[in-house]
Amino acid sequence: MQRSLLIDPGKCTGCVQCELACSLEKEGIFNPSKSRIRVFTFHYEGRFVPYTCTQCSEAWCMQACPVDAIALDAGTGAKVILDAACVGCKVCTISCPFGTVNYNSDTGKVIKCDLCGGDPACAKACPTAAITYVDADQTGYDKMRVWAGKTDAGAMASTQYGGT
Amino acid sequence: MAWTGKILRIDLTNIACSTEELNRQWAQEYLGQRGLATKYLVEEIDAKVDALSPENKMIMTTAPLTGTMASTGGRYSVVTKSPLTHCIACSNSGGFIGAELKNAGWDMIIFEGRAPTPVYLYIVNDQVELLSADEIWGTSVWSTDAWLHNKHQDPLLRIAAVGRSAEAGCLYAGIVNDLHRAAGRSGVGTVMAAKNLKAVAVRGTLGVGNIHDPARFMQAVTAGKKVLAEGAVTGEGLPTYGTQVLMNVINEVGALPTRNMSEVQFEGVSKVSGEAMHEPRKSDGKPNLTTNAGCFACTIACGRISTIDQGHFSVENKPEYWGNSGGLEYEAAWALGPDIGVDDLDALTYANYLCNEDGYDPISFGSTLAAAMELYQLGAITKKQTGGVELTFGSAEALVWAAEITATGEGFGKDLGLGSKRLCEKYGHPELSMTVKGQEFPAYDPRGIQGMGLAYATSNRGACHLRGYTVSSEVLGIPEQTDPLATENKAALVKAFQDATAVVDSAGLCIFTTFAWSLEDIARQIDAACEGDWSAERLTEVGERIWNMERDFNLRAGMTAADDTLPKRFLKDAAKTGPATGRVCDLDQMLPEYYQLRGWDADGVPTDATRQRLGLA
Repeated sequence: MQRSLLIDPGKCTGCVQCELACSLEKEGIFNPSKSRIRVFTFHYEGRFVPYTCTQCSEAWCMQACPVDAIALDAGTGAKVILDAACVGCKVCTISCPFGTVNYNSDTGKVIKCDLCGGDPACAKACPTAAITYVDADQTGYDKMRVWAGKTDAGAMASTQYGGT
Repeated sequence: MAWTGKILRIDLTNIACSTEELNRQWAQEYLGQRGLATKYLVEEIDAKVDALSPENKMIMTTAPLTGTMASTGGRYSVVTKSPLTHCIACSNSGGFIGAELKNAGWDMIIFEGRAPTPVYLYIVNDQVELLSADEIWGTSVWSTDAWLHNKHQDPLLRIAAVGRSAEAGCLYAGIVNDLHRAAGRSGVGTVMAAKNLKAVAVRGTLGVGNIHDPARFMQAVTAGKKVLAEGAVTGEGLPTYGTQVLMNVINEVGALPTRNMSEVQFEGVSKVSGEAMHEPRKSDGKPNLTTNAGCFACTIACGRISTIDQGHFSVENKPEYWGNSGGLEYEAAWALGPDIGVDDLDALTYANYLCNEDGYDPISFGSTLAAAMELYQLGAITKKQTGGVELTFGSAEALVWAAEITATGEGFGKDLGLGSKRLCEKYGHPELSMTVKGQEFPAYDPRGIQGMGLAYATSNRGACHLRGYTVSSEVLGIPEQTDPLATENKAALVKAFQDATAVVDSAGLCIFTTFAWSLEDIARQIDAACEGDWSAERLTEVGERIWNMERDFNLRAGMTAADDTLPKRFLKDAAKTGPATGRVCDLDQMLPEYYQLRGWDADGVPTDATRQRLGLA
């Protein structure tokens, strides 16, 4: 079963534990500026939104790379930077529609989320389950369940059986 | 390790920046932040110095765990001599700038002198510049924040600034970072403004490494996070209601100071409680509270993000206040609510916004306003001073008016900026000032929670809940329940809380972790992060050393045992309602024992033996 990172901004408190965990995992140091996942604060709206690579099936970064330095990890579905091959041309950072591939000037290579080989540190560190790692084919399951509970039948079931 | 080992020294008078190595010996004795920066301050300034003169110094400081993944490990402190109390000032703040400073590679910044014209400090890692603040002098913290982000075209810049209140000389101005977190107490912002320093803007990308034993550190961090998640207060109460979880609780124990602390329970409490912040408004169906928020690395996330009802009189036709911002926390809600008899949640939230926008301490402001209202009731202050405004208890209009003029220091706002002690002296009724050593009380009445009376009287920064929060034991039963109305054993309780708090404040952590963490939980994280063996016992000794160092500074500054007292209202006027009915605060039953346990003589002076034991001789 392939899994995906599922992000629920409604649960995020903006604590950046995910950024700390990511940078520790990937850089061996606590450094949010080098994190592959970033939390954005929308002050006026009162919202916090973690954001990272969605691992596109048809990954534009991978297609754009002129030196084949981005490879598919077949086990996780992640698109992974091959540091030995990356020449730091940054074409991938331009081709990514979401901005989730970024250049690291310290190393001259690009960095992006690789799902930590199937055990993402950000999801483990998140204290509110705003970031979870779930069945890639069922990312809408929890949301569907919430809405199902709001139907007449769901509400009745909740009254009668206490809900589940 | 865990310290960066680097200090930035800023000579404002000569617009010069230099770096120096951290004194590692002191770091082993005083840990970081509150303890370590206070050590630097007491070594470098004369305790008798005028707090607002160039001879005073101001230190912004991080700690070993600041910037790490340790839950709540993002704190920083501002240490200086206070213009409000003439004692040591150490104000602690969360948000993100502390971690940013550490990420830029600095353990602390020492500011000395006074800039010839307004400046701000701009830091990008080891690139440090003092730049002109002419364009932002005279503007609010929020305007300054926007201007700096725009000027440097850097959305990731973290900013701490003073507002117009500090520039106008309000004696309880704070330093606001990340728009709504603050090193709020004791007038640290007043000192910063007196140095002609408008803001500190930091961007750090170096990261925080140097962890002594990374694997053991992460084990301790993960275990610590679990303890917080499972704690009733840290895992449930604080995320849901914030510190406002206390409003109804403290009212029920009869310790919610009301109308300048003349009563101990407030009839309008349910309208300004944490629960009330969840209630949908009639106007737009939205609750006051939008969401909870965490500071850097904090897995508790007690912060409140709120909105004001757009139709409320305070913000009508002021769309700039219609968005979300930092909402009410307990101490602020109390000072802006029960202590002035106001139960209008939107008015409280608006006043709280202004405290953040122009950087003044809501506790001291609310308490000062409460004193002004009592003076008005007596006729000592009249409409002549207020320009026609009726300064009556319970008036939301008076609160809004007072908050606006204190923000800018105009008119009667100048008087309110004096703080309660000086205001009451000016209008001939010093007995109406609810202060210790010149600093206003927070939200726990010492008649209903006896240990807090001793904690207030002996606090090194004047009346304060964050120097020994025995409410935790006396009301919440953490780590174990003690009787809030008893005085027995409170001296030992207060001492233990004071010493432990000094440790937490010197570690880079938030004191709220101690609703679930023991000192052992903290020691495990420090021991893994730092070189040297850090046991709970050693940390307790560090805490005691810090406490005595602060005490020594205050004594040298001119404070005496006579200052270790409470306003007569708490010592003579008995509580009229609630569980504490008939009780005053029996300070005299606790204070001598406290001196003895501290190893101080009858005059409250640490004995030679105590100094030697703690390495302070």
